Amino acid sequence: MRPRLRSLRTQISAPEMRPILGASLTIGVAAGVFAIAFGVGAVAAGGTVLQACVMSLLVFTGASQFSAVSIVDSGGSTASALGSAMLLAARNGVYGLTMARHLDGSLGRRLVAAQLTIDETTAMATAQDAPDARRAAFWITGCAIFVCWNLGTLIGALAGEAIDPETYGLDAAFPAGFVAMLAPHLRSRTGRAVAIVGALICLATVPFAPIGVPILCAATAVLIGLRPP
Amino acid sequence: MTWTLVLLLAAAAYSFKVLGLIVIGRRQLPSTLERCLALIPAALIAALIVNDTFADGKDLVLDARAAGVAVAAVAAWRRAPLIVVIVLGAAVTATVRQLG
Repeated sequence: MRPRLRSLRTQISAPEMRPILGASLTIGVAAGVFAIAFGVGAVAAGGTVLQACVMSLLVFTGASQFSAVSIVDSGGSTASALGSAMLLAARNGVYGLTMARHLDGSLGRRLVAAQLTIDETTAMATAQDAPDARRAAFWITGCAIFVCWNLGTLIGALAGEAIDPETYGLDAAFPAGFVAMLAPHLRSRTGRAVAIVGALICLATVPFAPIGVPILCAATAVLIGLRPP
Repeated sequence: MTWTLVLLLAAAAYSFKVLGLIVIGRRQLPSTLERCLALIPAALIAALIVNDTFADGKDLVLDARAAGVAVAAVAAWRRAPLIVVIVLGAAVTATVRQLG
């Protein structure tokens, strides 16, 4: 472990790592603020502080956690909350395919890396050119987000017990956050088409399907991807 | 919120991560499957936005949330940071709700 640690420390103190460190910290802080919104929302949806914190520690993937809590909050069943959260979590498997080309080491190390394989770490790692920089960006961003995400959840959940979310417009914090999360997916023509069809399917099924199920129905919009680009 | 939800989701989320990074790893998936999987967030997140903005149980409604989310959408389109998008969305919703 020691030489490995020392080499990581030398890597981190190298001048070319400074932009990575700066960006990781910024992403970490943003995740922390987002996590505060999650903590407040989880408690507003009837969760306990402990449930919110355990969810952030073990699930550790923002969009899935937000979607599970928002469906529970609007009165959906556990099954529908779980279903759509799992579909959203499936994309981390796709990130894993990308990261498998860049990460190596023992099985234990890769099992830890797996928990950190999410939108932000994959994006930061794949934005680097050198293999060393990719690995360093993955681990630094992953650790920064893990710490901030869990601290933010605790703060939000504790605060959520003390305030009324609707007074502060916090019920709109979720869709507003989703809007920001959707933006990168709208860059491609297919992404835009899938988003519009998904939204329309959801609107069309809300009056008829059980609460939360319209989100699952919307997943059928990905079949647009069957057509070659 | 139930512990069943928290723990099953934790198990499922970690399984997907391990499946991609370690089990499948460097092997190639059929490109059609990979393309459809990559489109899941676009479909689901768009659906979550309209659901959280316009649904009240099984009714479709137009209330303060729509104003907040519209402002958030403009902010996101102008590439404002995530924090700004969320705070704007919440603040506008709270303000419109106070006025209404």
